[in-house]
Amino acid sequence: MAAPAHPPTPLLELRAVSKSFEAVRALREVSLTLYPGEVHALAGENGAGKSTLVRIIGGEHRPDSGQLLLSGAPAGFSSPREAQHHGVAVIHQEPTQFPDLSVAENVFMGRQPLRSGRRVDRREMNKRSSELFAQLGVPIDPLRPTRGLSIADQQIIEIAKALSADARIIVMDEPTAALSSLEADRLFGVARKLAEGGAALLFISHRLDEMYTLCDRVTVLRDGAVVAAGEVMADIDQDALVRRMVGRPVDQLFPQREATTGDEILVVEGLTRTGVFNDISFSVRRGEIVGLAGLVGSGRSEVARAVFGIDPHDGGSVRVRGVELPAGNPRAAIDSGVALVPEDRREQGLILELSIERNASLARLKAVSGKGIVSRSAERSLAREWADRLGLKSGALSDPVATLSGGNQQKVVLGKWLATEPSVLIVDEPTRGIDIGAKVEVHTLLSDLAAQGMAILLISSELPEVLGMADRVLVMHEGRITADLSKNEASEEAVMYAATGSAA
Amino acid sequence: MNRLRALFSGREMGIVGALIVVVVVTTTVNPSFLSAQGIHDLFLNASIIALLAIGQTVLVITRNIDLSVGSVMGLTAFLSGQLFINDHGTPVILVLLAGIALGAVCGAFNGALVAVAKVPALVVTLGTLYVFRGLDYGWATATGVQQVNADQMSPSFLAFGSGSLLGVPNLTILAVVVLAGTAYALHNWRSGRELYAIGSNPQAARLAGIPAGRRVFTAFVLSGSLAGLAGVLHASYFGTINASVGNGRELAVIAAVVVGGVAIFGGSGSVLGAALGALLLTTITSALPILGVPAFWQRAVDGAALLLAISLDRAVMLRLATKLREQRSASRA
Repeated sequence: MAAPAHPPTPLLELRAVSKSFEAVRALREVSLTLYPGEVHALAGENGAGKSTLVRIIGGEHRPDSGQLLLSGAPAGFSSPREAQHHGVAVIHQEPTQFPDLSVAENVFMGRQPLRSGRRVDRREMNKRSSELFAQLGVPIDPLRPTRGLSIADQQIIEIAKALSADARIIVMDEPTAALSSLEADRLFGVARKLAEGGAALLFISHRLDEMYTLCDRVTVLRDGAVVAAGEVMADIDQDALVRRMVGRPVDQLFPQREATTGDEILVVEGLTRTGVFNDISFSVRRGEIVGLAGLVGSGRSEVARAVFGIDPHDGGSVRVRGVELPAGNPRAAIDSGVALVPEDRREQGLILELSIERNASLARLKAVSGKGIVSRSAERSLAREWADRLGLKSGALSDPVATLSGGNQQKVVLGKWLATEPSVLIVDEPTRGIDIGAKVEVHTLLSDLAAQGMAILLISSELPEVLGMADRVLVMHEGRITADLSKNEASEEAVMYAATGSAA
Repeated sequence: MNRLRALFSGREMGIVGALIVVVVVTTTVNPSFLSAQGIHDLFLNASIIALLAIGQTVLVITRNIDLSVGSVMGLTAFLSGQLFINDHGTPVILVLLAGIALGAVCGAFNGALVAVAKVPALVVTLGTLYVFRGLDYGWATATGVQQVNADQMSPSFLAFGSGSLLGVPNLTILAVVVLAGTAYALHNWRSGRELYAIGSNPQAARLAGIPAGRRVFTAFVLSGSLAGLAGVLHASYFGTINASVGNGRELAVIAAVVVGGVAIFGGSGSVLGAALGALLLTTITSALPILGVPAFWQRAVDGAALLLAISLDRAVMLRLATKLREQRSASRA
C-alpha cells in the first residue's frame, strides 16, 4: 500500500525534535509523520537514535526542543501514563514484565476490567487474556506467573498489552528479535490487521526483509539525524537503504584477513546447565574467530558466562590448553588465560564512577601492586599503554568512565581484559550501541588480535557482524547448538534457519 | 474449596503448621497453655504486632521498608497519655483518631521523602526512627511528664484496651478488621495490584503508567497510621506509658513480615501471611518460658525462625524457577 495521494491528518507528527544526554546529541531535529493505516519502518544502526525517539513517543523522555502533534494538535507527554491515555503503546525491545504476577495481570496492569465495588474482575481479565492469546495464536496460560517465560512469550505479552489498550499509535521496537519465523509471521498478520483498522504502526527491525514485507514507508536515522524521511518502501532498494543507514558500503565494515589457525586452545565438551543450555560442545583454535549466533534468549551469553565460570554448570567440561577449569571459578579462568568482555558494559564491564585508569587495572591488580598495595603510578602506566594501543579518545585518564562515549567505554573494557594478556578472549556483543567509526575500530582490533594468535569467541546479535568477522559460526537455539557452519557455509539464511529452529 | 485453598496458599499453611507444632509441644508440657485464658492472651499479645506487620507488608510489597514504626508508636502512645492529662474525660474515639492522624502525618513525612525526594526508604526511615524518638523524649522533657499511669487515663479507655466482645479481645477484633480490609484492597483493587507491580519491577511499573510515587506515598501513610493506632492501643492495653514505648519494635515487625512469607525485595506476599507470622513469633515467645528456655534465648529463637523462613523461601524459589523453565521448554519441544 502506497501512501495516499491526499494524506489524511497524521495520527502522530514529530517536528524538528532534538534531545541531548549531557554531551551526546541523541536526536537532531528529527521529524516523523505517522498516518492512520500505515506501517512505518524506522531504520538505522545501533546508536542512531531510534531508541531515544521511541522513548520520546512513549512519554519516557521529553524532547529538548521541537514539537509533537497528535491528530494535528500540539501535545506533549510528561509520562508513559499520559502517552498511554493518548492511545500510544510501545512494545519494548526488552520486555518489561512483573515476574511475580500472573500473565493476565501483566497484560492488564493499570487497566484491569472492573466489576461492582471497583473490584478487579479476574474472571473477565483471564478470559480476555485467553482471547488475546488465541488471536495472536500463542496459547499462554493467563494464570501462570510470568517468571520463567521465554523472551518470545514475554514479547507476546507485550503485544497483548498493546492490543488490550486499543492503542492507535503502536511502536514496535525490534519485536521480532527473539521470535521464530513462524511467530514473526503471525505478528505481521496482527500488525497488518491493526493498520487496516486505522492504527499507525512504527516498526523497528534489524531485518531488512521484514521491513520490505511489512512496511509501507521508511524513515532512516543516522547519528541522530533523519537521512531518509518517510520514503515509500517500494521506491528504495535494499542496497540504497543500507547505504543510508551505514553511510558507507557495508563491505568496508569488516577487515579482510586470512585466518591462520593453530592448535585448539579452548575446548568445551558437553557443557550443560539444566533448563538453560544443554550438551554444548565446541572448540576454538589459536588465531581463530568463532562466532556464536542465535536469537536473544537462546543461551549464548549464558554459555559464555559458564565457560568463564561466573555461572556454575551441571555437567560437561571446559579445557584451556588441555587443562580442565574448575566449574564456577572465574579466578581460575583468568589465571589460565581466559578473558570475558561482557554483554552489558555499563552493568557488568565497568564501574562507571571510577576513573579510566582504575577500571583498566581492575583485572590486573596483582601486577600493579607491591605488597598488597596498589601503586598509582604502575596503574597509570598500564592504563596509558592500553589507551594508546586502542586509540582511546578521552580527556584525562583520571576522568570517570561515565564521561566517555559508548565506543570509548567499550575500549576501556577491552583494554582491561587485554591487559591480562589472555590466550582466549570471549566478547559478548562487543559493538552494541556504539557508533560506526568505533565499530570499525573494534572489528579491526579483534582481527589483529586473532592474527597475533589469540583464540576469540565472538557473540553477537548482529548477523552481518558474525558473518563478516567469524571464521566459523556456531548457532544456538533454545539452549542447544543447532549448526556449526564454516565461513563458506555461513549465510544469513543458513544462520537464521538454525537460530529459529526451523525443521530441516 | 478452591477459594479457601487460594486464601491459604502454601506459605500460610506452612506457618499454621509451625504454629500447631509449637502449641502442641508447649501444651503437653503445660496444659494451661491452651486454656481459654491462654488463647485469649496469645491473640491479645499478637494483635498490636500484627497491626504493625500489616502496614509493613504493604510497604515491603512495593520494595520499600519502614523502620520508624516503633518510634511512631511511641509518639502516639505518649500522645494518648498527654490527651488524658489535659482532659481526663477525653472520649476514646477521639484518642484513637488523634493517634491515627499523628501516625499518618509521620507516614506522610516518610512517604514524601521517599516518593518525592527519591531517597531510599531504608535511609529515610532509619533517620526518622531517631527523629521521631527524639521528638518523643523532647516532648516528655518539655512537659515534665516522664510517665503516664493507669489512674491518669480514663476508665473507659482502659476498659477498651483490655475488654473483649464475645470472648474475643477488642484489640484482636480491630486487628482482624484491619487485616480483612487490607487483604481485600490488595487483592481486589487496581491500586492494590499496582503495589505488587511496583515491587515486582519498578521500571516496568513506570512504563505501565502506574503512578508509583503516589502509591508508595499512600503505603507509607497507611503504615504510619497503623503504627499510630498501635501506639494508642498499647497505651490502652498496658495502662502505663513512657517515652520509650515501641523501642526496637520495628525489627520484630520485619521479622514477622519475613517469616510470614513476604518477599523482602517486593512483589509477593500477603498480609495474612504477615499476621500469621506475627502470631507465630508471639506464640514462640510465650512458649519459651513454659518450655524452660531462659528468657535471654528469646531473641535468638526469633532470629533462628527468621533465618529458617528465608532459607526455606530461597529453596522453594529455586525449585519453582527450575520447574517453570522445564515446563516451558517441554511445551516447546
